[in-house]
Amino acid sequence: MKWGIALLALLLALPASAGIEVRQFPDPELETRYQNLIEQLRCLVCQNQSLADSNADLAEDLRDEVYTMLLAGKRDAEIVDFLVNRYGDFVLYKPPVKKTTWLLWFGPFAALGLGGILIWRIGKKRRPEPPPPLSDAERRRLEKLLQDHGSDDS
Amino acid sequence: MLKYLLPLGLFAALLILLGIGLTLNPREVPSPLVGRPAPTFTLPRLDDPETPFDSAEQLRGRVSLFNVWASWCVACRQEHPFLMQLARQGVTIYGLDYKDTREAGLRWIERLGNPYRAVAFDAAGKVAIDWGVYGVPETFVIDKQGVIRYKHIGPITPKDWEEKLGPLVDYLEKQP
Repeated sequence: MKWGIALLALLLALPASAGIEVRQFPDPELETRYQNLIEQLRCLVCQNQSLADSNADLAEDLRDEVYTMLLAGKRDAEIVDFLVNRYGDFVLYKPPVKKTTWLLWFGPFAALGLGGILIWRIGKKRRPEPPPPLSDAERRRLEKLLQDHGSDDS
Repeated sequence: MLKYLLPLGLFAALLILLGIGLTLNPREVPSPLVGRPAPTFTLPRLDDPETPFDSAEQLRGRVSLFNVWASWCVACRQEHPFLMQLARQGVTIYGLDYKDTREAGLRWIERLGNPYRAVAFDAAGKVAIDWGVYGVPETFVIDKQGVIRYKHIGPITPKDWEEKLGPLVDYLEKQP
């Protein structure tokens, strides 16, 4: 049991150590910006990991690039542009809103709206129509039936 | 009738959409560099550290392939015989030896043959980043003006050449 727990702890500790080099930052604000940047940039080799998570060689090199540019005083937007110019929008975990990504951004809402309209229309069709009011003859017959039924009961 | 056809139609459309999705290769990320002038660089040549490989000078004036490779790359070994064949056919191929050691790179050329007109040696992989390289081998088709016209990811197979790269190179050769 003890060994089991130890093993589990080791397994949990593994991802935490991935992709972390020792980096020196002159001030903590730069470090936060660095962390933010590498978390929102995608590693192209592993594709479903960010630069921060990936152990791939290229991710390491790209982290180096981001670090060097930060120290050189580049703005976040400039650093992101640097990577987008080379690797395309794919490096961004959050793709920009533009014509080619409209479907991606608004598609789900459109589908939701369409589904809502469909459900509303189907629901309306299924609701039974209220029966027409009884004619005088029908009313008399109903009363008679009720009376007969009542007399049978007693 | 429409009541049954509509869901069936939607289902078929979804199937087609997902089917197309299955045939796409997620590893092939379109390059924003296609249609743009090739990034310029100066690196030492693999065979001679004293001689520079100047991309602005080399990668223009003729249609060429710019092949990024490394001696540690298994897929490059698979691709190599076909590059040799292309070179024999008269296709101009330049190389970029990516994150390699000079000795290993030279040994590769010596042992397997040299399809390249010249090879630039990118030990740090910085130039490859400028070219948006994320896996080797990758091959760029460069036109006479030095503009990147196509990027091929992974080893070039004879099929790739017949269907895509070959016709493109032929077309570009005919352009001024």
